[in-house]
Amino acid sequence: MPYPDIIRSPEGIPNLHYKTWSKQNLSSRFLSATAGIFALISVLPLLAVLIYILIKGIGGINLALFTELPPPPGLEGGGIGNAIIGSIVVTIIAGCIAIPVGVGGGIYLAEYSNGRGFSQFIRFGANVLAGVPSIIAGVFVYGIIVSTRLIFGATFSAIAGGIALSVLMLPTVIKTTDEGLKLVSDDLRRAAFGVGASRFVTVSQITLPTAFAPIATGVVLSIARASGETAPLIFTALFSPFWPEGIFEPIATLSVLIYNFSALPYEAQIELAWSASFILVFFVLLLNLSARWLGRLTKG
Amino acid sequence: MTNLKTGYLLRSRPPSEKFVDICFKNLVLIMASMVAIVLISILLVVFWGSLDSMGRYGLNFLITSNWNPVEDQYGAFTAIYGTLVTSLLALLIAVPLGVGTAIFITENIIPEKARNVIGLMVELLAAIPSVVLGLWAIFILEPIIRPFLQFLHNDFGWIPLFSTEPLGPGIAPAILILVVMILPIITAISRDSLNQVPMKLRQAAYGVGTTRWGAIFNVILPAAISGIAGGVMLALGRAMGETMAVTMIIGNSNVFSWSLLAPGNTISAMLANQFGEADVGQLSSLMYAAFVLMILTLLVNIVAQWFVKKMSLRY
Repeated sequence: MPYPDIIRSPEGIPNLHYKTWSKQNLSSRFLSATAGIFALISVLPLLAVLIYILIKGIGGINLALFTELPPPPGLEGGGIGNAIIGSIVVTIIAGCIAIPVGVGGGIYLAEYSNGRGFSQFIRFGANVLAGVPSIIAGVFVYGIIVSTRLIFGATFSAIAGGIALSVLMLPTVIKTTDEGLKLVSDDLRRAAFGVGASRFVTVSQITLPTAFAPIATGVVLSIARASGETAPLIFTALFSPFWPEGIFEPIATLSVLIYNFSALPYEAQIELAWSASFILVFFVLLLNLSARWLGRLTKG
Repeated sequence: MTNLKTGYLLRSRPPSEKFVDICFKNLVLIMASMVAIVLISILLVVFWGSLDSMGRYGLNFLITSNWNPVEDQYGAFTAIYGTLVTSLLALLIAVPLGVGTAIFITENIIPEKARNVIGLMVELLAAIPSVVLGLWAIFILEPIIRPFLQFLHNDFGWIPLFSTEPLGPGIAPAILILVVMILPIITAISRDSLNQVPMKLRQAAYGVGTTRWGAIFNVILPAAISGIAGGVMLALGRAMGETMAVTMIIGNSNVFSWSLLAPGNTISAMLANQFGEADVGQLSSLMYAAFVLMILTLLVNIVAQWFVKKMSLRY
C-alpha cells in the first residue's frame, strides 16, 4: 500500500473530499487571510489620506482661495491664487521641454535604432534617469542654471523650476513613447513604405497617430507626477508671496506652498496648506484616472 | 522616366523629401541623446561642485558626524546613517506587505472585481504627491503613533534604538511614511512579475495536489523572484532619494543619535533644508553629500535593472 494515510471506503475508493481541518488546508487558509490583511493595510493609507484631506481641505474651498494672495503671517483669510497659477505655469514649461524631446527620443529608439549599442545605452540611461532622486534634479539645475545665471541672468525663476521638472518627466515620456511605438504592427510600416512614403511621413502620418493613446497615457502620467513634485522646485523656482511676475522671476507653486506653510506656526497658513493639498490631490488623481481611461481606449 | 513596357512612372525621391528625412532622423537622434547628456551632466555638475569639499575632507566626510556651518566643519555620517536606516527599515516593513498584497490580488483568492479595486487603490496611492503625505504625516500620523513610540521607549528603552524620548518629528515616523511611499512600487512590480508566471506552472502545481500556498511558495514565487527583487531594489532607490515627506517629518537634526525615536536627517532632507541658503563652503559639502546619494541610488538602480533583465530572459 503506497499511501497508507489515505482514508478509503470499504470498496477501496480513496476519499478525495476537501479536508477542512487538515493541517495544510488550515495553514493555507491562514496564509490567505494574512495576505488579505496585508492588502487591507496597504489600502488603508490611501483612504486615510483622502479622508483627512477631504475633511481638512474642503472647508477652506471658496472663491477667495482661487483669487487672493496668501495672507501675511498672523493674519486670517486670503487664498493661494498665485500658487495655483504658478503650478500651472511651471508644469507647462516642463511639458513644453520634456514632451517634444521625450517623444522625439522615443521615436528614435523605436523607429530608427537597431536595438544595440547606442540605443541600448539610451534605454538603460532612461531607466537610470528615472531612478535619480528628484532633489538631485534640483541640485543639478541649481548648479547649471541658477548659480550661473545662464538664462537671461535669471537666478531663481519659473523657467529654472520648469527645467528641473522636465528632467524628471523626460524618462517617463521616452519610455512610454518607445513602448507605444513598438506595439504598432510592422505591417503598417511596410505598407506605408510600399506605397512610397518616406520615413518621416511614415512616422508622422502612420505610426505616431496609431500609437497616440499609449503615448498620451504616458504623457498625462508624467504631467501628474511633475505637478506634485516639490523637491526640485525648492531652490530653483523658490517661492513668492506675490502674483507671478514672469517666467524669469521666482514663482510660487502649490507644492512648495504646502511645504513652506506646514512649518509655520500660524493656523491660517496651515489651513491654506490643507486646501492646497486638496486641490493638488484632486488634480493629480483626476489626471491619473484620465490616463487610465486613455489607456483603456487602446485595449478596446 | 517612363518604363516603356509597363507604363509606370518611376519617381525618384525629390531632394527636399530626402532632406526632411535626414533632418528628422538627426533631430530625434539628438533628442534621444539628451537622456545621456542630462545624465552625464548631472554627474559632472554634482561632482564638480563637490571637488572642493572632497579635497578638504576626503573619505572622513563619510564617517564623521560633525556638521557645523559656523566652524565650517562638515561630516555627513548623521545624514548617511539616516538615509540608510530609514530606507532599509522601510523596506523591511514594506516588502512583506507589498508582496503579500501582490499575491492577494494576482492569485485567485477573491473575485476579480475586488482584486482590481485593491490594485487601483494601491496605484492611486503612488500618485499622491509626497509633500501631501508629509503634511498628513506631521498632523495626523505622528500624533497617532506617538503613544506607541512612547510605549517602545518606556518598555524597551534599554535598547539603543529606542533610547530617547519621542518628542514629535523623528526617524520612526519618517520610516512609516516611507513605507507608505514605496509600498505601491513593490506591489505594482510584484504583481506584474507574478502575472507573468505562466498559467501552466500554476496548473501543474495544483495538478500534483499541492495547496494554494504550497504552489505559491514552491513554484510561483521562485519563478517570479528576480522580477520581485528588481522591484524591491527600485523601491530601495526611491526610498533613499525620497525627499519631501521625509524632510517634513524627520526633524532635521544634525546631532547624531542611534535612536529611531530621536530626530535625524537624511541626505535628501539635508539638501532640501540647507541648499537654498548655503554659503560657498557649505554648498560644496552639500554637493558632496548629493554626490554620495547619487552614487548610492545609481548603484541600487543598476542592480535593479540587472535583476529585471535576468527575469525577462527566463521565459
